[in-house]
Amino acid sequence: MSSIVQQDPQLLEQNPPLVKGGVDYHDLSEKICSVVEPEVGQTPMKYWIVLAITASITLLLGAMLTYLVATGIGVWGNNKPVGWAWDITNFVFWIGIGHAGTLISAILFLFRQKWRTSINRSAEAMTLFAVMCAGIFPLFHTGRPWRAFYWLFPIPNTDINMWQNFRSPLIWDVFAVSTYFTVSLLFWFTGLVPDLATLRDRATTTIRQWVYGLLSLGWRGSARHWRHYEAAYLILAGISTPLVLSVHSVVSFDFATSVIPGWHTTIFPPYFVAGAIFSGFACVMTLLLIARWSLNLQDLITIKHLENMNKIILVTGSIVGYAYACEFFIAWYSGNIYERFTFLNRAFGPYWWAAWSMYTCNVFIPQLYWIKKMRTNLWVMFIISITTNIGMWFERFVIIATSLTRDFLPTSWGYFHPTWVDMCTFLGTIGLFLTLFLLFARFLPMIAISEVKHVRSYEKHAFKPGPLGAPAGKVH
Amino acid sequence: MAHEETAGLSAPTPLDLLKEKVGLGPDKVYAVMGDFAEPEQLVEAGRKVRSLGYTKLDAMSPFPVHGIDEALGIPRSKIGWIVIFAAVLGILTAQVLIYYVGVINYPLVIGGKPLFDFTFTIPPTFELTVLFSSICTFLFTWVLSGLPRLYHPSLNYKKALAASDDRFILVIESDDPKFDPQQTAADLAGVGAENVEVVEG
Repeated sequence: MSSIVQQDPQLLEQNPPLVKGGVDYHDLSEKICSVVEPEVGQTPMKYWIVLAITASITLLLGAMLTYLVATGIGVWGNNKPVGWAWDITNFVFWIGIGHAGTLISAILFLFRQKWRTSINRSAEAMTLFAVMCAGIFPLFHTGRPWRAFYWLFPIPNTDINMWQNFRSPLIWDVFAVSTYFTVSLLFWFTGLVPDLATLRDRATTTIRQWVYGLLSLGWRGSARHWRHYEAAYLILAGISTPLVLSVHSVVSFDFATSVIPGWHTTIFPPYFVAGAIFSGFACVMTLLLIARWSLNLQDLITIKHLENMNKIILVTGSIVGYAYACEFFIAWYSGNIYERFTFLNRAFGPYWWAAWSMYTCNVFIPQLYWIKKMRTNLWVMFIISITTNIGMWFERFVIIATSLTRDFLPTSWGYFHPTWVDMCTFLGTIGLFLTLFLLFARFLPMIAISEVKHVRSYEKHAFKPGPLGAPAGKVH
Repeated sequence: MAHEETAGLSAPTPLDLLKEKVGLGPDKVYAVMGDFAEPEQLVEAGRKVRSLGYTKLDAMSPFPVHGIDEALGIPRSKIGWIVIFAAVLGILTAQVLIYYVGVINYPLVIGGKPLFDFTFTIPPTFELTVLFSSICTFLFTWVLSGLPRLYHPSLNYKKALAASDDRFILVIESDDPKFDPQQTAADLAGVGAENVEVVEG
């Protein structure tokens, strides 16, 4: 296959190299480490300005949460009939964003998709930060987060002297989300160790030698390390794959096991998982486009990587669109008057604006990606990555708010209004997410150095002009 | 020499014993090491060196070099077998926990539903299985590799730090029965290694 690629310019056009030509192993170390290595004082001013803004927004989050704990959860807009509002919307939104990281690091790894190597590290970091943001909402919705530990986890205690109800999907959610965070963290750190060793070996200051030295655990790249490492990576990828599919399925059970019209459907688990991957890829796209531009990573994050991600956005966006259509069909076909009313109310009721924002952003706009020119245009993909996340936030809001505002009894109908605390808390989590991501990009290698070198070693043969020396690696 | 000095004393100190155990000291030779520019050269050289009769071989590389395990005779990782036990432990923990909580310690009838049923234990059981397996995988990756550690004699090789950058290092360890510093160094240079060096422990 490789020899065909190097001889046929048309095939080379279709399968361009993942690491642009002429880059050697040492150049890759230089390129990726050069972002992390300058002294803190030499960091560009624009980095500090952006960090100052996002850190200030994070402080706003701290202020809002303090206010909430000091006053009570009445400062949020949750009330009859909408008892679950922005907090659960934001929770599902952030958990969903996290899914792209695990998909890229685990599922694409099992499918041997080599293009994942340039983007997996930052996507995994994004997963961790998104799950942290997600966890804030249910934790603070308890009102007393320091006691929530006993309420959420099965720990013997004298605080409440009772146990969780394992028949409830809410406790399943606790297990799913906390496992998801732990496994993502371990997976991410395992992948980081060889790269931390590279940073350790290049370190010039004592503090860097100590910090990277301790974090890299004494890794020396021995063949006896790599065999365990590769086996472990495969196992972690293998168990993360069903895990990532289970997490959003379990999140959707919170809704699907209830009897509320619009929630009580069996399509929810696959529909939620597709939506999660859709929004997660869009978020990875936003962050990568900014990183690629500001850190000059065009040789490593090529148009081909971005185009492949856009194809996944198109596929998952279309699955989401299919799920919307399916919900409407079942609402009509079931003959259940409450179900029918809920969906008519969703599209044409008081929340029509939210519903149509969601249809437009999630279903119609991504269809532009059928056109190759659109898939490969940086501005188009930047805008679509943002509209997608706006659309996916609205999806969760629409599902939650429209079903709760108008259920079985018209006397108990209502309308949900968020408070300023709701809005500032959500804004604050965006600040926290961006702050953590900026710190990550500055102090840890954003691209998996050892994995990109591995891909480079394959491509050296596949794209070398002239006769092949050593047995060639596969292109894909 | 450290050996002769300690021999004169009544008993070696714990530090001496530790040094002896991990093969440290100026009189110790860790290995003969040499490096290559490309992973294919490393695999080829590894194969040749092994055919010369050396058995205690290792390699150091910036990324996993495929084929090196077979070339150097390094067996497959057994980590998968360890993780299976962790997975089973996860399943049992979840089942016992949910049964104990729901049936024995805090039975609570809600809507006439059974106190214990296999179906509603599936999500927490799955999650605990994954959690236990991943923690076990993580820990044993390092334990089986002899990590974490602060020092390794291979660091005395002048190109050791390049193993995390762009060089592919072949190691013939001194506990190899066929090891002889001069001859082994000549053999390693003979298969094309650069910067061949006898590395002290």
